[in-house]
Amino acid sequence: MAFRQFGAAAATAVTLAFAASPASAVTEIQWWHAMTGPNNDVVVKLANDFNASQSDYKIVPSFKGSYADTLNAGIAAFRAGNAPGIMQVFEVGTATMMAAKGAIKPVSELMKEQGEPFDPKSYLPAITGYYSTAKGDMLSFPFNSSSMVMWVNLDALKKAGIDTPPKTWPEVFADAKKLHATSPTCGFSSAWVTWGFIEQFSAWHNVPIGTKANGLDGFDTKLVFNTPLETKLLENLVELQKDKSYDYSGRTNTGEGRFTSGECPLFMTSSAFYPSAKANAKFAFTAVPMPYFPDVKGAPQNSIIGGASLWVMAGKSKEEYKGIAKFFTFLSDTDRQVYLHEVSGYLPITKAAYEKTKASGFYDKNPILEVPLKELTNKPPTENSRGLRFGGMVQMRDVWAEEIEAALAGKKSAKEALDAAVSRGNDMLRQFERTAVK
Amino acid sequence: MENRAIFSGKALAYLLVLPQLAISLIFFYWPAVQAVWQSFLVQDAFGLSTEFVWLENYVALLQQPGYYQAIGVTFLFSALVVFFSMSLGLLLAVMANQNIRGVQIYRTFLIIPYAVAPAVASVLFIFMFQPGLGMIARFLQRSGIDWNPVLNGTHAMILIVIVAVWNQISYNFLFFLAGLQSIPKSVIEAAAIDGARPMRRFWTIIFPLLSPTTFFLIVVNITYAFFNTLGIIDTATGGGPNGATATLVYKVFLDGKGGSDLGGSAAQSVILMVIVIVLTAVQFRYVEKKVHY
Repeated sequence: MAFRQFGAAAATAVTLAFAASPASAVTEIQWWHAMTGPNNDVVVKLANDFNASQSDYKIVPSFKGSYADTLNAGIAAFRAGNAPGIMQVFEVGTATMMAAKGAIKPVSELMKEQGEPFDPKSYLPAITGYYSTAKGDMLSFPFNSSSMVMWVNLDALKKAGIDTPPKTWPEVFADAKKLHATSPTCGFSSAWVTWGFIEQFSAWHNVPIGTKANGLDGFDTKLVFNTPLETKLLENLVELQKDKSYDYSGRTNTGEGRFTSGECPLFMTSSAFYPSAKANAKFAFTAVPMPYFPDVKGAPQNSIIGGASLWVMAGKSKEEYKGIAKFFTFLSDTDRQVYLHEVSGYLPITKAAYEKTKASGFYDKNPILEVPLKELTNKPPTENSRGLRFGGMVQMRDVWAEEIEAALAGKKSAKEALDAAVSRGNDMLRQFERTAVK
Repeated sequence: MENRAIFSGKALAYLLVLPQLAISLIFFYWPAVQAVWQSFLVQDAFGLSTEFVWLENYVALLQQPGYYQAIGVTFLFSALVVFFSMSLGLLLAVMANQNIRGVQIYRTFLIIPYAVAPAVASVLFIFMFQPGLGMIARFLQRSGIDWNPVLNGTHAMILIVIVAVWNQISYNFLFFLAGLQSIPKSVIEAAAIDGARPMRRFWTIIFPLLSPTTFFLIVVNITYAFFNTLGIIDTATGGGPNGATATLVYKVFLDGKGGSDLGGSAAQSVILMVIVIVLTAVQFRYVEKKVHY
């Protein structure tokens, strides 16, 4: 008896000794990310679960600030020669990353080299397409994805005598005017103005934002969104802005509180707004697909994603790559994807995870979470709706937003503003093309 | 002659100056030279491809209408911030310099805002001025003012000026108070006996005697408005709407960090550096002559 106890104690001691000296065999992999709050907990849990599932690799997550901060930290670290193994980069940083050929390792290449089971077809094309080459090779691993939906305050609609949430743009315009009567400072509003009104709007109507499949096929792309259709949308918004039937809420999502406070009964923003809406809205609400112009042939097409993906940096050791490949396989696991989807509200990236969530009846209880998925999978993506890849996209969005603001403030006509957005954007694209590694 | 007897060699003098020189070299001259060098390059974000382009970044910059707008915005913003933060700082200092009960408490409270980081100050004011949500914004809207800093450039400018001024008043207050306390009482009393009323005493005696402090604060405040307000602008308006609050330093930040256009950003910071050097030189050359030490 005593001997057996001694044996157990010795075994524990030996285990502890091994655990205390990880330097001996464990390969550490740095994972830089930009997730805050509950999503940060998800990141930490994923790393812990992976580290507990095997003993050869250790994922070390570290929070690096906002998306832009994380990207800049990664760039600075790469320049200084100590980039992390995995870096979370937001969707608009995609072109910057993929242009840096010597700095990154494409995910499809990594998985093949390391012999990990990897079938690109098992992923949802609307999500992975955004992060793949024109040929379909996955460059980065989608992590947190969302799409844009329209949030609807059902109580306010009832009060204004509107039976069903609007489906088309003309209905939105009409309802915004009706809602204006009950909510004088804002009938309809939106966050992420360029993502919604230029990027998503173009994909949803199957019209190009730029040539070369929105830049997916090459850096020599040109912007072309200053069309009559886009002008029509902006002109309507400018008109509604005059009496605040539509009221602008800024470039990012800082205005989302205007929906939960009840001020703006119709509000377009990311589907990832769900947890916040659920926690703060004191009225009946739902989310519906983005509106479309019914006179556009084929509309609605499919929406595109927002969010971020995981990039693997170049110049790491073989062991690190092995560990990263294993981590990605771990992340793709169906049950894990289902779990992530249900706790974070971000979209599942594999078809199997989507099907499994559907079969479990989860969407019957949480129909809002299926809306973005239905949008994304509405039709097979075309070259106008697979995604977009413009260099300097972070700043490009600011330039576009500036012009939209000028139109909404009445300083320029809608057409003038869009022309300026296109021509200023094209200047930036040429600058980027020049610096991109050939 | 006596001095030489004390410092027998120059070695000690150099040794004592050395740390300051090293700090200037490492934290000012070296980055400045790097910025000048970078401004002649076109480079991708990761530094994988570099092309030497002489003055092309500067030419491109001077062709942007937005750049001239930023110059205008910067001068307007700086003038407003310097004027209001200094005059309010002076007003409060004069008030707090009187013999009233609890003056120490007032003084302490007046200094506290300086301890608030610019970005935090900005967030505080956003809470109050956010259309539809903020207390002050709602008050303004209720009193018939269509307050909307996300779309109205003038409103956005007013917002960042308020935050920048609020954040800087304490600093000015502190220096003005110190300046006021160093003015000999006898001079003021003499004027009072001669029949000068408080306003006259202030403008003819106190204000001129404060001029060294005022001059120092003008230089410091201009530098503050030009450079240190970056955090305020970033959190409050992000340079918008339509570039109405994008100052020169904010554009440097935006193009360099957001746009990864390091060459263009470096060119801007070189121009900005030149502007501030010229401004400061002008102040020391001409304005300082009016200062009574």
